[in-house]
Amino acid sequence: MLIRHSPDIAPSEITPREAYLRRRDVLLGMGAAMAFAGAAQAKPLASAKSPFSTDEPKTPRADVLAYNNFYEFGGRKSDPADNAHTLTTSPWKVTIDGLVAKAADYRLEDLIKPFALEERIYRMRCVEGWSMVIPWIGVQLSEILKRAEPLGSAKYVAFETLVRPEEMPGQKGLLQLLPWPYVEGLRLDEALHPLTILAVGLYGETLPNQNGAPLRLVVPWKYGFKGIKSIVRISLVETQPKTSWNIQNPREYGFYSNVNPSVDHPRWTQASERRIGEGGLFAKRRPTLMFNGYGDQVASLYGGMDLERYF
Amino acid sequence: MRAAPVSPPARWRVPKLAVYVAGFVPAVWTFSLGLVDRLGPEPIKALEQDLGLWSLRFLLLCLMISPLRRAAGVDLLRYRRALGLLAFYYAALHLAAYVALDHGFDWPAIGRDILKRPYVTIGMAAFVILIPLAATSNNAAIRRLGGKVWARLHRLVYVAAILAAAHFLLIVKSWPAEPLLYAAATAALLAVRAFPAALRRARTAPAS
Repeated sequence: MLIRHSPDIAPSEITPREAYLRRRDVLLGMGAAMAFAGAAQAKPLASAKSPFSTDEPKTPRADVLAYNNFYEFGGRKSDPADNAHTLTTSPWKVTIDGLVAKAADYRLEDLIKPFALEERIYRMRCVEGWSMVIPWIGVQLSEILKRAEPLGSAKYVAFETLVRPEEMPGQKGLLQLLPWPYVEGLRLDEALHPLTILAVGLYGETLPNQNGAPLRLVVPWKYGFKGIKSIVRISLVETQPKTSWNIQNPREYGFYSNVNPSVDHPRWTQASERRIGEGGLFAKRRPTLMFNGYGDQVASLYGGMDLERYF
Repeated sequence: MRAAPVSPPARWRVPKLAVYVAGFVPAVWTFSLGLVDRLGPEPIKALEQDLGLWSLRFLLLCLMISPLRRAAGVDLLRYRRALGLLAFYYAALHLAAYVALDHGFDWPAIGRDILKRPYVTIGMAAFVILIPLAATSNNAAIRRLGGKVWARLHRLVYVAAILAAAHFLLIVKSWPAEPLLYAAATAALLAVRAFPAALRRARTAPAS
């Protein structure tokens, strides 16, 4: 009996010969277009391995790039990937000021250059109940802060995101989801903790715009929204700085926002989470770990604190 | 002079069965996308939310039938039962996705959720309200209850719609547009019922 298989390649999928012959031109054209769009083109970044990295399976790169909360580019998870290409990330200036001996404006290259880049594969737990494992590339925030020489009076670090409505569609229009600029903060000891990094890349390349290019904070034991993106200012201050989600809804989002399965969000549970990219429709939730599994390293920062009150 | 509401001519009429068949297309489509891993990074949440949203959409379509009849003279009354039942079926599928896929039949966790999380409590309440409405959505029930009692019972759909719209608003962070638009549509459809006289005037006003 003759068994007919459908051909693997449908005629409609075969590239016309003419287009095939022009393939190099097409690629060249794309390169030029991307270069024109600023730093949208990812550049490879070399980095050293770190003992702080987890060996858990990494979340697929496509998911890390497609599923983002970055309200400057819109409220849906797909908005940043759709809209963030408009952001110009070069040149980029970062101001370090406040209670430091050496306040200065840095070009991004100069801020990062003195330090060796490290790859840090961290769990990331979003306050919404999902998580990823992301191979960040960056430098310890402590290195950068030490170079600015914090004064003894400095107790907190305040961070600020770019405001540029002409390139950030979420910052204009009728319905804006947060007050701008997005601001975040850490206690100085949290900021100096070796797990806390400023990331400039992920998956071996410079940060994609939707992930907070060109410079973002990563604090793996806190909910993801503490990881402020596209940073333009880092200030050392004496009093606890304001933080965006806390301004938006102080009952639901605290200054600390440490991952804590026993302190629920007022509207939903924080006891479990869904790992992105882990088996489609029939995947199971996994239990959320105290301090997102970084308790051994960071629990001592909060000795004697009532974590229900300081959520 | 008031014209009687116009029904489309019989031969143009869409059979009711077609409304049910078309109504289930979104559920089948989304579930199929989920099976072939095309629902994005959080497929369970995507499916769950899609089913819930369609339930709310059918509920709002239901609530449009009588204002349309009164204000625009378009009579789609014969499809209202199908739309109401579709709202109920989608609510049931939404709940099933929540129980089976989202929580893997973890009954203690589900129970805590229903008791402790206002958005879950409210969603559950909306579903519970829809049960007697769905159960009495047949001619035999109308005869048994009598038209008046039946109509009064089915006014509970207003409560269900308010709860469903609130359920949506309570799950999001900040104030995004979509749940606000659904809440506004719900409010508008309930408000037109509070002012039947205005509706009548709109319908009898001379065409210009």
